[in-house]
Amino acid sequence: MRLFHNASYRFIEARRKAYFASGIALGVGIVFMTLNVVNTGSWQNYGVDFTGGSLIQIQVDENLTAGDLRDALGGADSPPITRFGEESEFVVRAPVAEDGSIGAVADTIEAQLAAAFGQDAFEVVRTEQVGAKVGGELQLKALYAILFSFLLTLIYLAIRFELRFGMAAVIATLHDILITLGFLAAFHVEIALPTVAAILTILGYSLNDTIVVFDRIRENMHTKGARKRNPVDLVNQSINETLPRTVLTSGTTLAVLLALLVLGGPVIFDFTVVLILGVIIGTYSSIFVASPALIEIQNRWGLGRVGEKKKRPQPATV
Amino acid sequence: MFKTPRSRLILIILITGIFGWQLYSEGLKLGLDLQGGMHLVLEVDDPEETMTVEAKADMIDRVDRIIRTRIDEFGVEEPLIQKVGGERLIVELAGISDQDRAKEIVQRNAFLEFKLVLLTTDMTAALSRIDRSVVAALGIDSIRALGADVVASEQSEIVDLLFGGGDTTVTAEQVDTAGVVEEAPEEEDPLDSFQPFSSKLNMGDIPGTYLIALEDIPTVELFLAMDEVQRALPRDQALQWGMELVGRGARTYKYLWVLEEDPFLTGDRLETATAGRDPQFNQSQVQFELSRAGGRTFGQFTGQHIGDNLAIVLDGLVQSAPVIRDRIGARGQIDMGSGTPLEEASDLALVLRAGALPAKINIIEERTVGPSLGQDSVDAGKIAGMLGIALVVLVMLTYYRVAGMLAVGALGVYVVLVLGGLATLGAVLTVPGIAGLILSVGMAVDANVLIFERIREELAVGRATRTAVEEGFQHAKSAIVDANLTTLITALILFQFGTGPVRGFAVTLSIGIVASFFSALFVTRSFFLLYLQGKKASDPISV
Repeated sequence: MRLFHNASYRFIEARRKAYFASGIALGVGIVFMTLNVVNTGSWQNYGVDFTGGSLIQIQVDENLTAGDLRDALGGADSPPITRFGEESEFVVRAPVAEDGSIGAVADTIEAQLAAAFGQDAFEVVRTEQVGAKVGGELQLKALYAILFSFLLTLIYLAIRFELRFGMAAVIATLHDILITLGFLAAFHVEIALPTVAAILTILGYSLNDTIVVFDRIRENMHTKGARKRNPVDLVNQSINETLPRTVLTSGTTLAVLLALLVLGGPVIFDFTVVLILGVIIGTYSSIFVASPALIEIQNRWGLGRVGEKKKRPQPATV
Repeated sequence: MFKTPRSRLILIILITGIFGWQLYSEGLKLGLDLQGGMHLVLEVDDPEETMTVEAKADMIDRVDRIIRTRIDEFGVEEPLIQKVGGERLIVELAGISDQDRAKEIVQRNAFLEFKLVLLTTDMTAALSRIDRSVVAALGIDSIRALGADVVASEQSEIVDLLFGGGDTTVTAEQVDTAGVVEEAPEEEDPLDSFQPFSSKLNMGDIPGTYLIALEDIPTVELFLAMDEVQRALPRDQALQWGMELVGRGARTYKYLWVLEEDPFLTGDRLETATAGRDPQFNQSQVQFELSRAGGRTFGQFTGQHIGDNLAIVLDGLVQSAPVIRDRIGARGQIDMGSGTPLEEASDLALVLRAGALPAKINIIEERTVGPSLGQDSVDAGKIAGMLGIALVVLVMLTYYRVAGMLAVGALGVYVVLVLGGLATLGAVLTVPGIAGLILSVGMAVDANVLIFERIREELAVGRATRTAVEEGFQHAKSAIVDANLTTLITALILFQFGTGPVRGFAVTLSIGIVASFFSALFVTRSFFLLYLQGKKASDPISV
């Protein structure tokens, strides 16, 4: 069995359509992020990991509804209650008091529930309480980590390939992360530590995909007669040659993730959704963002060779 | 080296065997998010930010030492206590049931006391009184049941001690039943021959100590906690446990100290304590300074007790008991002996400082996951993981047939290497860790796909089988190397910047990348060489 054998799609020629699609996706994401800022004061639905606060997950008797819980926790003043996976599990989130001990809020909520329904009607299955200071630090650290890894990737690719390959790869990865963030904002997915890990996974996956295509471009650049060829053709050829691999790898990864989504349970559901999204965007971007970016960079700023070895015969340009 | 397929295969089997054994013997630990448990992050209370970095680090060291002293109180196996960045402490307790108690243990102020060590002969007269009071309070039957409990998990020799020696074939079950009296005829005068307490005491090798065998510790603890026993102790005397377990011959013991009940000095009188090394005699020592009032008390006391031992007791556990050589005022020095490493002196200095100034500790992060939730996640994850693996195998087999089979074999080796690697490093598997695994599995599959696609391409341009395979591996290598290395760079940065779960992600990802590298470029290749063995250069292959 062979998929996309000897394909010759004109990917680069379609790049303006891709820019349009990416632009819309990014734009929609930014609109939602702005809306979030207006409505909730934060551009993402940060979980207690980042904002600080309390989270209590409870499993209740089947006949209790979210409404009952809300009434028990103060009616209109009740902290937000959301359902978690199964019918009978709920998550209550509450901000942590300024100077109180971080356990106080959770204890109060537990006491209120016990007063309303009795001690046996519910079971606390998970609590998370994070001081506000820790949350702020985490945001900063995550940002540093991503920026720093961009920088090192850039340097590595500049040495192993050329500077513009590094730039194109970083642009594509940035594109993926921004679209993912937009998606998270649009669907109010809670940003917790596992979500950050998922975003980082996307970063890794997208980079991996891009490098495979770039590796082929690099190889084709060094073949005989490549210098006389149209750079667009060369890049197209490289994408088409790696297309079977791209489809197969993405397909297999997606299949595994779908299995995780359907059977993995509520704890990793959000996390899997983000990963699936990331794989799709990462595959798309290696073809429609990273490779065109390479062409665009060359068109605007020339070749900008860094780390090119002089001894080698002059390679073709793309 | 490793030129022949055979030697390659031997190496693969060897490595897989080692990591497989590691996985089997060490086992894979699950993170608290999967297993259930409690995760606490502690920080020194410093709202005005007036403390220096060093002061904070010292405070955290002390808190660390104090919590380690209380480690048994948590009642869980292997509590994890870890310093982070000099100002925070992480305490992880797997499967804790009483959260409030755990928090209380962590935040309670440390209590340091100096007590005089008495002689065991001071206690001798009281021992039979204690034995009798235990028998009177618990009754012979329940002591027997208690003895039986211990016997069930240990040897039968405790039964001998408990029942005044005799029939060594008495089993736990027999002891538990009423019929045991007939089988142990020595018990005609049970009240006198019963020595439930004193029979468990062995004379210690330091004045004023008993040695209690490891298996007897719970029983002795139980007896000591009884009011009747406490009343039976001589006035102003106390029995207190030592901190650490000690090995004597093949057995393990804990010290039980005979102390004066009231401390003559408490830790709040201590100003500083530092560890150092005496260059002249090349021995470790601890220098300490007391407050003026404390110095007066100390001077008076040590003057009267030259030659006696002085117990340093933290949170009720005896940490050390140096001999008083001279009258000591406000400044003193504890010599640790010439063979003692500096670490022990540092530890003792830490103990002294730990009790000197109570540090207020804030819990800045607290997470608990109920065991049922954790178990559900693990079960669901297992099923999903199996299905995922089945899908990968299916795709590889239908798409690449024989070559796919080789890849599946290589992926099998990969899985053993990753899990074995995690087990070897003692890393725990968390939800973010699973993400790292998925990414690295993806990359391992990808590496194989890259190679096979390349071989197909080479075959398509008409190369001979052997050359095509050679070229396929050769050309796919650069992409695999670059992709893996950039991801590894990212993983290492995350490890550097990340905390907790993100680090877990970085660790599994890093191990996964290294394993996938080896799996694709060495294992798959070796399997291919085996597959090609005996084939002619032009024979078709199934890829």
